[in-house]
Amino acid sequence: MTSVNPSIVSIKEAQVLPKSVSDNRLLETLKNLRRNRSAVSGALIIGFLFLIAIFAPILAPYDPNLSMIGRPGESGKLPASAPCITVLGCEKPQHILGLDLNARDVFSRLLYGARISLLVGITSVTFAIVVGSTLGLVAGYVGGWTDNIIMRLMDVLLAFPSLLLAITIVTVYGPGLQNALIAIAIVSIPVYARLIRASVLSVKELEFVTAERALGAPPARILFQQIFPNTLTPLIVQGTLGIGGAVLEAAALSFLGLGAQPPLAEWGQMLSEARNYVFTAPHLVFFPGIAIMLTVLGFNLLGDGLRDALDPRLNRS
Amino acid sequence: MSAFILRRLVLAIPVLFGILLVTFALGRSIPGDPCKAMLGEKATDAVCIPLIQRLGLNEPIPTQFAIYVGNIIHGDLGNSFRYGRPVTDLLVERLPVTMELAITALLFAIVTGIPLGIISAYRYNSKLDVVTMVGANVGVSMPVFWLGLMLAFIFSVILKDTPFVLPPSGRLTAGANFAPFYASWGLAATEQTASSLMIFISRLNILNSVLTLNGQQFLDAVRHLILPAIAVGTIPLSIIARMTRSSVLETLGQDYVRTARAKGLSEYRVVVRHAVSNALLPVVTIIGLNFGGLVAGAVLTETIFGFAGIGKTLFDGITARDYALVQGVTLVTAVAFVLINLLVDILYGYVDPRIRLS
Repeated sequence: MTSVNPSIVSIKEAQVLPKSVSDNRLLETLKNLRRNRSAVSGALIIGFLFLIAIFAPILAPYDPNLSMIGRPGESGKLPASAPCITVLGCEKPQHILGLDLNARDVFSRLLYGARISLLVGITSVTFAIVVGSTLGLVAGYVGGWTDNIIMRLMDVLLAFPSLLLAITIVTVYGPGLQNALIAIAIVSIPVYARLIRASVLSVKELEFVTAERALGAPPARILFQQIFPNTLTPLIVQGTLGIGGAVLEAAALSFLGLGAQPPLAEWGQMLSEARNYVFTAPHLVFFPGIAIMLTVLGFNLLGDGLRDALDPRLNRS
Repeated sequence: MSAFILRRLVLAIPVLFGILLVTFALGRSIPGDPCKAMLGEKATDAVCIPLIQRLGLNEPIPTQFAIYVGNIIHGDLGNSFRYGRPVTDLLVERLPVTMELAITALLFAIVTGIPLGIISAYRYNSKLDVVTMVGANVGVSMPVFWLGLMLAFIFSVILKDTPFVLPPSGRLTAGANFAPFYASWGLAATEQTASSLMIFISRLNILNSVLTLNGQQFLDAVRHLILPAIAVGTIPLSIIARMTRSSVLETLGQDYVRTARAKGLSEYRVVVRHAVSNALLPVVTIIGLNFGGLVAGAVLTETIFGFAGIGKTLFDGITARDYALVQGVTLVTAVAFVLINLLVDILYGYVDPRIRLS
């Protein structure tokens, strides 16, 4: 009775194979990524932003919410002209990018803004991925009516221009960073659900899944241990690109007064405060915009690079 | 072809129904008292009870939904308390402004994006290609409201004393009063006597200026439209350029293109007739999908350039927490989005027989 059914052994061996293949693929992907100019520049930009976000309290010369009015050595005047930029030969005062309309240090606010933007981008996309992938996994694996109901609901959500739906959700539930974050996550759920469902449909009929099913594994284990890891490639690419989109949407919501509320140092909110002063103090508008653009660009470049590096069709050619 | 169109139309019905369901659910999930949400915190029971009865807000949810759908079919999107007028009237007045902006922006994106994409693909990996693609990456990462503000600053402050100066705000010069076409044509004397359609058309400033042969209005309308159209059009332009480039690159490598070259056709004919005409099919889909981005861009850009379009209206609705207005604008835009994608689908089926037969 100690003898083992040979077919089970071969199935077990077959299970090992995809893992070693995936290890090789990981190495190959990393190699491809290093060669990809767009991925490297994207990763550098994002790495730089992460460093800024983490070390903002050390890098920032002032408290981002501290008004300089009445402080020693400060003129206390609100900005009406271009900022006094130290590297361009301006000696004093020490505000590299000048002061904002409440006499706060723009440079410090910009540095702290990286924290909010990265937080909003990553959290909302993570939330959307968790909910979207679960829905997509269930829809693709179970099929039938469940699939139909979930996917029609996703179609309806996709029928709205995403920013507009996010605006409506935040208007209804009240402005604030948390609601904005939830709204951005909700409007991006369908993208991930569709993506994962398509991957599940192509993976679920493969032999190693059939083998697992034949071994009597419960559906949850098949879904999360066998199928899900095989859907990761498109998810990583879409997720990276999605963070860029989420950062833009969060900035837009804050610009409309629906996202981050004053005095929080958030780039969209900084633009919103300064928009009426663009003709007299353009630097207040210029720098937060550049910061948003750089963040989005970083994630877009990395996403594009990942897509190229992870796409096996490109490796073959 | 008609079976294909019918199938597409039938498929759009559940989505349209779903849109109604979502906007209804959002409207009903406003926290707190719906009457106070509509009329403000100081609304008394004396005002609220009749209003709630009139709007059917005390009815069961399915009945409320039926009333909501019934009202929409009759063109009633509720009343905006911010403006004290029906939302439908506001949309008839303001939708043309947004349409004009979105169409101009899209035209700008197509006219610039497609040639840039084709040239980039044809001169693959050249300096021009690299510059275009870096530009497209930057363009797609730019916040549209920031670009709008920067353009306004550059063209109205930095270029103030040059011939390139452009107005930073307003749809027409302040105080300008141009006759609507229905008055010039003797169809209706005033706005009160004109039909909704006439008002709608007359608000399309460029079309109105053509209909009334008014060169001054035409120039004024175009000058005010340039900066917002560039701001709104930059993201679609970048996406179209990238899509065209990759699509043309793919077709240029196909066997039939090589055959065309081998036949001795001129390079222009090979690229434009053989490669590009086939490569543009996926670009058509991308253009349709970009409509959502255009509307979002218009919402943000109109507030910057002071256009009284639905974007600005939506913004005013948000700041005043005017739910009927926000709900109405969302509904109309989503329906328009679905219809435009339907149109693109049908167009796609028309130009590519493989789609309609699959």
